[in-house]
Amino acid sequence: MQNANTQDTLVGLFVAAGIAGLFFLALQVSNLSSFTEHESYTVTARFQNSGGLKVKSPVSAAGVKIGQVSAISFDAKTFESVVQLSIDAQYNTLPEDTTASIFTAGLLGEQYVSLEPGGSDDYLKHEGKIEITQPAIILEKAIGQFLFKSAADKK
Amino acid sequence: MVIELLQRLGSNTRDGFTKLGRGTRFLAQTIAGSVSVLPRPRLLLNQMYSVGVLSFLIISISGLFVGMVLGLQGYYILSDFGAEETLGVMVAASLVRELGPVVSALLFAGRAGSALTAEIGLMKATEQLSGMEMMAVDPIKRIISPRFLAGLLSMPLLAALFSTVGILGGQMVGSGLLGVDEGSYWAQMQAKLDFQDDIINGVIKSIVFGFVTTWIALFEGYDSIPTSEGVSRATTRTVVNSAFSILGLDFILTALMFGDD
Amino acid sequence: MDNSDSSQNTLVSVSNLTFSRGNKKIFDDISLNFERGKITAIMGPSGTGKTTLLKLIGGQLCPDKGSVKVDGKNVHVLRRAELYDLRKRMGMLFQSGALLTDMSVYDNVAFPLREHTKLPESMIRSIVLMKLQAVGLRGARHLMPNELSGGMARRIALARAIALDPMMILYDEPFTGQDPISMGVLVHLIKSLNNTLGLTSIIVSHDVHETSAIADYIYVIADGKVVDQGSPEHIRKSSSEWVQQFMNGTADGPVHFHYPAREYVDDLLSAGKRYH
Repeated sequence: MQNANTQDTLVGLFVAAGIAGLFFLALQVSNLSSFTEHESYTVTARFQNSGGLKVKSPVSAAGVKIGQVSAISFDAKTFESVVQLSIDAQYNTLPEDTTASIFTAGLLGEQYVSLEPGGSDDYLKHEGKIEITQPAIILEKAIGQFLFKSAADKK
Repeated sequence: MVIELLQRLGSNTRDGFTKLGRGTRFLAQTIAGSVSVLPRPRLLLNQMYSVGVLSFLIISISGLFVGMVLGLQGYYILSDFGAEETLGVMVAASLVRELGPVVSALLFAGRAGSALTAEIGLMKATEQLSGMEMMAVDPIKRIISPRFLAGLLSMPLLAALFSTVGILGGQMVGSGLLGVDEGSYWAQMQAKLDFQDDIINGVIKSIVFGFVTTWIALFEGYDSIPTSEGVSRATTRTVVNSAFSILGLDFILTALMFGDD
Repeated sequence: MDNSDSSQNTLVSVSNLTFSRGNKKIFDDISLNFERGKITAIMGPSGTGKTTLLKLIGGQLCPDKGSVKVDGKNVHVLRRAELYDLRKRMGMLFQSGALLTDMSVYDNVAFPLREHTKLPESMIRSIVLMKLQAVGLRGARHLMPNELSGGMARRIALARAIALDPMMILYDEPFTGQDPISMGVLVHLIKSLNNTLGLTSIIVSHDVHETSAIADYIYVIADGKVVDQGSPEHIRKSSSEWVQQFMNGTADGPVHFHYPAREYVDDLLSAGKRYH
């Protein structure tokens, strides 16, 4: 067995390396840093159909990620999908008449909420509502409509 | 003939349950004994050395190679879909969720687990445990509990090292050798991997594996037949049973953790 | 010596003890008494459970029936903490020495002191050196157990057993596998420790000559029963044929040379049926 002191040093190094590894995984590999740094505010958008949108799906404006979906629920009265968007507090100048649409990143990519600012002078506030929404495009439906339409055109 | 077979099956089953019962009692004593390790950090430190530090090298080297292989394989598959940019996600997700905890636990069982079983078994065979009891020193508290705690603490650290080194190895191959953009390697990873779902769950897995592997290793040693043959058989059983338990538990934990995603 | 009147002087008394392992009865209703300050030997052939008896006295095993009292305390009804307190006053010398292999000789002897006392290191050092001096191995304190010969290991183990100044020592086959010199050393050590420290010694052994040279009283055990007991002279002149065979080491006698089997001729002629 080695000198007790050397052994202590090696154990110390081992533990330090292990903890450094954990920190590396937490900060460098995962999204921990991205949502602990910022405050955020929540707005609600109602969609006719939210498609494959999930909690934590990105919310972007002009292609830049500005927040994420924090909750999705179904409203049994209006038969709509109620989506809560959590937006970074620094982007607090979105106009009240902003439009929310659900798009797909690439052909098979994940779905995300895209915000298109309107022209109002009033800004969206915490627990505000986005009134104008455009539902997710369901691929099967779109293809179905296309085929139906082109069939009708031929006649 | 049939009756004989049934009888043997029956008695084997009963022996299995008896062993499980002994093992559970042993575990309870070990956990209870852990309290008495706290005022004596030296005991824990010595075991952290032989359980953790001595597994460090094999774990980091294996992690590096596993990461590099993932980088290569992932690149070939992803480039077919033109999605090389997501290489980081693939490497990191497979390491953090599965390969890190599982492979490092399997290596841990082979390196540290077998050594623990052999050590305890030999102590039993050479009457060291009996001798301690007769000196009014509880071998569970003095020998078993510090090793148990050391295994429990070392495993998550080793798994984190494995994943870290692996992700770096994947990056080395991916962006160093194959030309994946380094920025997107990290950025895609950060965007897709969740702290709670991926990192924490991976750590929980490795704690569970460390717990089970150390328990099996210590119990097999403590319960071994105190002869050289008995100890060598117990060592084999440790590796085999640990491997089964790790893989079986991995399935259960994965189903619980990632099931509702 | 009469068993019944010795309660005052008896340190360990085993009464009506029955113990079995599996279906085999190892002890069948035996009673033994061990006097204070004396060396008492338990002799018998291998496999008669002599070591088991020591483990029963030390409370590592529980009897099926009967009781073991050490210093007036019934070992098997004590609570764990009380049993451990009692064990601190018992030393046991294992056949193999049972030294802790990952510590030096010095640390091995210091082990019980460090575990059970809060003495400062300087005092532990003095005690360890004293105990090592007593067994003549003060110079070997830096060696590791795997560097020791069997006889030295046993002497170190003896130093460790007396580290806490126990009232009694249990010796498990102290002479087995020793060369004549180490055997002589051990015989001398057991005798002198017993006298100088006022210990009570219980020796389990089948080495007839060495044991009867130092024992004050001898029990001969076979098949779970006490076959004969008394002073070494008494045993030597025992009327029991079995004891005579054991003491003199003759090949055939009441204990047969052959393991029980069928008739030799039958066995040979039954070939062709089953090879067993």
